[in-house]
Amino acid sequence: MDRLYFDIAHLLAGGLVLTSFMLLYQDRLYALLNTYALQALVLALAVGWQAHIQHAAHLYITAAIAVIFKALVIPFALHRMVAQLGVHREVESVVSLVPTMLAGIALVALSMVVMLRVTEGADPLAREDLAFALSVILLGLLMMVTRSNAVSQVVGFMSLENGLILAAAAAKGMPLVVEISVAFSVLIALIVIGIFLFRIRERFDTVDLQALDDFRGERR
Amino acid sequence: MTLAGDLVAIGGLLALGPAALTLSRVRHLSSLIYGGVFLICLLLTGGALRGLLAGAAPEALTLPLGLPWLGAHFRIDALSGFFLAVVNFAAAAASFYALGYGRHEKAQSRILPFFPPFVAAMNLVVLADDAYVFLLSWELMSLASWALVMAHHREGDNARAGYVYILMATLGTFALLLAYGLLGGADGDLSFSGMRGHPPSAAVAGAVLALALIGAGSKAGLTPLHIWLPLAHPAAPSHISALMSGVMTKVAIYGFLRIVFDLLGPAAWWWGVPMMATGAATAVVGVLFALLHNDLKRVLAYSTIENIGVIFIALGLSLAFETNGQGTAAALAMTAALFHMLNHSLFKSLLFFGSGAVLTATDERDMGRLGGLLNAMPLSGLFMLVGAGAISALPPLNGFASEWLIFQAILLSPSLPSWTLKLEIPAVGALLALAAALAGACFVRLFGVSFLGRPRGEAARRAKEVDRFMLGAMGALAALCLVAGVLPGYVIDALSPIVHLLVGARMAPQTDLGWLAIAPVAESRSSYDGMLVFLFIASSALLAAAVIHRLASDATRIAPAWDCGFPDSNPATQYTPESFAQPIRRVFTGFVFRAREKVDMPAPGDPRPAHFGLSIQDLVWDFVYRPVTRGVQAGADRLNRLQFLTIRQYLSLVFGALVLLLLALAIWT
Amino acid sequence: MSMFESLAIQIVEMLIVLLAAPLLTGFVRKVKARLLRKRGPPVLQPYRDLIKLTKKEAVIAESASWLFRVIPYLVFAATWVAAALVPTFGAGLMFSWSADMIAITALLGSARFFLALAGMDVGTSFGGIGSSREMMFATLAEPAMLMIVFTLALIAGSTQLSTVAAFMLSPAVGLRVSLGLAMVGLVIVAIAENARIPVDNPATHLELTMVHEAMVLEYSGRHLAMIELSAQLKLVLYVSMIACIFVPYGLAPPGAGPRELMIGAAAYFTKLAGAGALLALFETSVAKMRVFRAPDFIGVALMLGLLATLLRFVSREM
Repeated sequence: MDRLYFDIAHLLAGGLVLTSFMLLYQDRLYALLNTYALQALVLALAVGWQAHIQHAAHLYITAAIAVIFKALVIPFALHRMVAQLGVHREVESVVSLVPTMLAGIALVALSMVVMLRVTEGADPLAREDLAFALSVILLGLLMMVTRSNAVSQVVGFMSLENGLILAAAAAKGMPLVVEISVAFSVLIALIVIGIFLFRIRERFDTVDLQALDDFRGERR
Repeated sequence: MTLAGDLVAIGGLLALGPAALTLSRVRHLSSLIYGGVFLICLLLTGGALRGLLAGAAPEALTLPLGLPWLGAHFRIDALSGFFLAVVNFAAAAASFYALGYGRHEKAQSRILPFFPPFVAAMNLVVLADDAYVFLLSWELMSLASWALVMAHHREGDNARAGYVYILMATLGTFALLLAYGLLGGADGDLSFSGMRGHPPSAAVAGAVLALALIGAGSKAGLTPLHIWLPLAHPAAPSHISALMSGVMTKVAIYGFLRIVFDLLGPAAWWWGVPMMATGAATAVVGVLFALLHNDLKRVLAYSTIENIGVIFIALGLSLAFETNGQGTAAALAMTAALFHMLNHSLFKSLLFFGSGAVLTATDERDMGRLGGLLNAMPLSGLFMLVGAGAISALPPLNGFASEWLIFQAILLSPSLPSWTLKLEIPAVGALLALAAALAGACFVRLFGVSFLGRPRGEAARRAKEVDRFMLGAMGALAALCLVAGVLPGYVIDALSPIVHLLVGARMAPQTDLGWLAIAPVAESRSSYDGMLVFLFIASSALLAAAVIHRLASDATRIAPAWDCGFPDSNPATQYTPESFAQPIRRVFTGFVFRAREKVDMPAPGDPRPAHFGLSIQDLVWDFVYRPVTRGVQAGADRLNRLQFLTIRQYLSLVFGALVLLLLALAIWT
Repeated sequence: MSMFESLAIQIVEMLIVLLAAPLLTGFVRKVKARLLRKRGPPVLQPYRDLIKLTKKEAVIAESASWLFRVIPYLVFAATWVAAALVPTFGAGLMFSWSADMIAITALLGSARFFLALAGMDVGTSFGGIGSSREMMFATLAEPAMLMIVFTLALIAGSTQLSTVAAFMLSPAVGLRVSLGLAMVGLVIVAIAENARIPVDNPATHLELTMVHEAMVLEYSGRHLAMIELSAQLKLVLYVSMIACIFVPYGLAPPGAGPRELMIGAAAYFTKLAGAGALLALFETSVAKMRVFRAPDFIGVALMLGLLATLLRFVSREM
C-alpha cells in the first residue's frame, strides 16, 4: 500500500509542475486564470493527500484554504477585475513561447539536481516533493520575468506561492499559524495589486507594465 | 596484403602526383591517373577488408625515413584497417566517378597532380605509428586538399574559402602538435608505442583531450570550428568534395579516436560530457544551416557537419559508458559511431557525386534555378533519392540502422551514476532526435526542389543524363547503402574487433539471431530487422499495386496540373528553396541565427517591384571569429611599428630576447 | 503455439487494421456530424469512396515524374507495415520484433518523406505549401515522439511495443507522472500526425491553411485511394498504439487461446470506438489554429516528452 501512497503523492506533485507549465503556455487571460484555479485545485489535492499520509489534521485546513481562496475566490476576483478593467485579453509576453518552455525545463532539471542532492538520505517522498516545489517556485518566477502583463505577473506570483505551500506540506510540520499568515499575506498582496492595477489602468489606459517603463523614460 | 605491400601501393599513389605533372602533355592523362588511383585503392580496400575480416594480428614496420633518430613507424591494427578500408573504398569510388566527371574538368593541371597525393596522405595518416609521420601526413593531407579547393580559385568565393581553410587547418595541426608534445612527455618519445607506455597525469590528459577536440574537431567540422568546412568542401570539384566530406572528416575522427581512446590511457568520467555537448550542438547547428542555404553542395557540406555531430555524440556516450564500467553499453555506442561513420562515408560520397552529376548536366549549383531533373536524369535522380533517404535515416536504408543503434545506446544511459550525465543525455537525445527530423526536412527540400517540380531555368530544362562511369559509381554506393541497411548484423559483427580494441568490450554477435535481425542488448528490449522491413514494404507495395491494377482500374490520363483550379504555367510560382524552409526558419532560427525577413510591399498603385530580403547572422562568426580577427588586426597594427626601427633598436630587441631566455632558463632549473 | 498459428494471427491482425481503417474514419465523421446535429454520411461511406476511386482513371499532371506514380504505393506500404507491427487485440505478433517503436516512428517518417516529395513533384504552389508545412510539423512531432518512446523505454525497459504492453498490464506500473505526461504528449503527436483539428483540418479544401490535403491535391483515382487509405491506416495505428500502451486491458497475451483472442478483439473494437468518439468530441470543441500557432502546440508535446524523460531519469534513483 505504501507504494500506492507514494505514487499518488508523486502524481499530484508532478501534476502541480505540469499546471505550472500550462500557465506558461496560456496566451489568453481568462484561460490563464482558469488554469491557475486548476493549479490551486491540484495543490489542494496534493496537500490533502499529504494530510492523509501524515495524519496531520491541520494540513486539511491548508487544503481547504487552497480550495476556497485560491481555486475560487482569487480567480473569481481576478476574472471580475479583468472584466471591469476591460483590458486586452491576451497575455503579452516578452520572450516567445518555445524559449520560455525550454528555460522552464532547464529550471526543472536544475531544481531536481539541487534538491535531490541536498536532501540525500531524507524521506524519498519529501525529497521528490521538495524538488517539485522548487520547480513550481522557479517556474512562477520565470513567468513573472517573461510576461509583461500585470495580471499574468500576479498569477505568476501566486503560483510561486503555491510552490511554497507544497514545500511546506511536504516538509512535515509547518505550523498552521504560519500557513494562515502566508495565506493572508497573499490575500493582502492581491488586494494591493488589485488597487495598483486599477491605478495603472486609470492613468495609462493599459495594464501592460511596459507603460510604466515608458513613463519613467526608460527604453528597452 | 601485408603492411609493406600497403606502403608500396601508397608509394605508388604518391608517385602518381609528380607523374601527372611531368606527363601533362599525354592525351587521356586524366583517365590514366584516375584509373591508376582506382586500381591501387581497390587493391588497398581489398587488402584492408581481408585483414579486417580474417582478424589479422597487428603488424608494425619501421622505415629509415624522416628523423634520423626516430625513423618512420607504421602499424596496422583493426582500427587502422577499418579506416584504411573506408578511405580507399571511397577513393576508389571517387576515382571511378572521376573517369567520367574529370573529362568535363577544365583545370586538369590543377587537380591531377594533387589528387593522388591527397589520397595517399589520408592513407598514411591512418597507418602512422609515430607523431612525426602522423603530423607530416596530416599536413600533407591538408595541403593537398587545400590545393584542390583552390583548383577553381577564380570562381566566386573560392579564394576566400581556401584562405579560411588554410588558417583553420594550421590551427588544427598546431593543436595536434601540442597534443602530441604533451603525450610524448618529458623525454619526448614520439612513437605511439612509447606514448601508450606512459599515460599522462589527469590534468595533462584533460589538456590533451581539449587539444584533440580542437585539432581533430576543426578538421572534422565540430561547432564552432566548422566555419571553413561549408566554404571549402563545395569549392573543390565534386569528386574531391565527396572525398573531403565523406572521408577526410573520418580521417580526422580517426585521429581523435587514436589519441583519446588509444594513446591517452584510462579516461576520466567527465570526458564524455564536452564531447556529447559539442556533438549535439554541432548536429543541430549544422542541419539548421543546411536548411538555410540554397547551394546544393553547401547544403551537403553543412549536413556533413550534422553527421559529425551525431558521430561525436555516440563517441561521447561510449566514453561515458566505458569510464563507468559498462562495457557492453560502451561497445554498443562505439559500434553505432563506427557504423554511422561508415554509412556517412557511403551516402555523403553518393550525394556529392549526385551534385556533381547535376553540375555536369546543368552547370548550376543553386537549387533555386534547378527543378524537374528527375525526368531528364532518372538514374542519377534515383541514386540521389536513395542517398537522401539514407541520410534522412529512413528504414530500411543504412542511415537508420546506425541512428537506431545510437538511440538504443542513449536508452541505456539512466544506469550511469553521474548527475551531469543523467541530465545531459536526455537533452542530447532530444537534440539528436531534432537533428534527425530536421535532416529529413532538409533532404526533402534538397531533392524536392532540385529534382522534382518543373525546371526553374533554361539550364535545368536542357539537362541530360550523365555518363556511365558517374552512374556506375553512384549506383554502387546506392546499392551499398541498401545492403548495409538490410544486413546491419553483418556490419556490426565485422566492426566488433575494432570496438574491442577501443573500449575493451564487444557487442554480442548479431548474425546468429536468425532472420537477420539485430538486437543490441536483448531481444525483449529492442530489436530491428532491416531485411524483413524491406521485404515487407516491397511486397506490400507490389501487392497493392498488382491488386488494384488487376481488379480495379489501370487507366491513366496525362493532363495539365490541377492546382486547385488556379494552375500557373510560370515555373516561378513553384515553391523555392527559401519558401520551403520558411516555416522551419520561423520556428527554429529566429532564435538561434537571428534570421530576419524583410518584406517591402509597395502600396497598391505603386509600380515599384516588391522586395523580399532575408538576413541570417552566424553568431559563431560574430562572437568567436570577429573578435579574434579584430584582435589580430589590432596586434598586427601595433607590431607594424617594428618594421621601422633603427639598427640599434633591432639589436637591443635581440639582446633583450636573449637575456630573457637566459633568465627563464635560470628560473626553470 | 505453432508457427503456422502465429503467422495466421499476424496476417489476421494485418487484415483487421486494413479493414478497420476506413470504418474508424467513417465512424469519427459520423459522430462529428451528429455532434453538430447533422445527419452525416453513412459509416460505411469511406469504403464506397475508396472502391469508387480505385475504379476511376487516374489523372496525372504533365510535369509529374515517375516518382509521382510510385509514391502512393510506397506510402501505403510503409504505413501498413508500421500498422501491422502494433499489437491490436493480441500481443503475440509474429513479426513484432522486426521493428520497435523507434523503427515504427521512422517508418511513418518514411511515408511522410515520400508524401512530401509527392507534394513537390508536380511543381504547383499548393503542393509546396503542403510539403513545407508538413515537414515543419514533423520536425517537432518526430522528436516529441522519440522522447515519448524514451520515457516508455525507461519505464518499461524496452522499446518493443508488445513488451511495453505486457509491462503496462503488470502491477509494477503504478501511477507515474511521466506516464501521464507521455500520454498527453502522444495524444498531441497523434493529432498533429493525423492532420486533425486543431493542427490541420482533414475536411477542408480550397483553403490556404490546409496542410495534408494540399500535398495530395494532384492525386486522383487509384493513387488518391491509396493515399486516403494510408491516412486512415495511420489513424488506426496511432489509436492502437495509444490503446496498447496506456489502456492495454483485454489485450490477449502471446500464445492465448481463441477465447482470449475473442475478448481481445471485442476490447480492441471498444477501444477504437471510444477513441473515435473522443476524437470527434475534441475536434468539434476546438477551433483550428493558425499555422504558426501549431508549432507551439506540437512543441508542447516535445516539452512534455522531455520533461517526462527528465523526471524518469531523475526519479529512478528513488
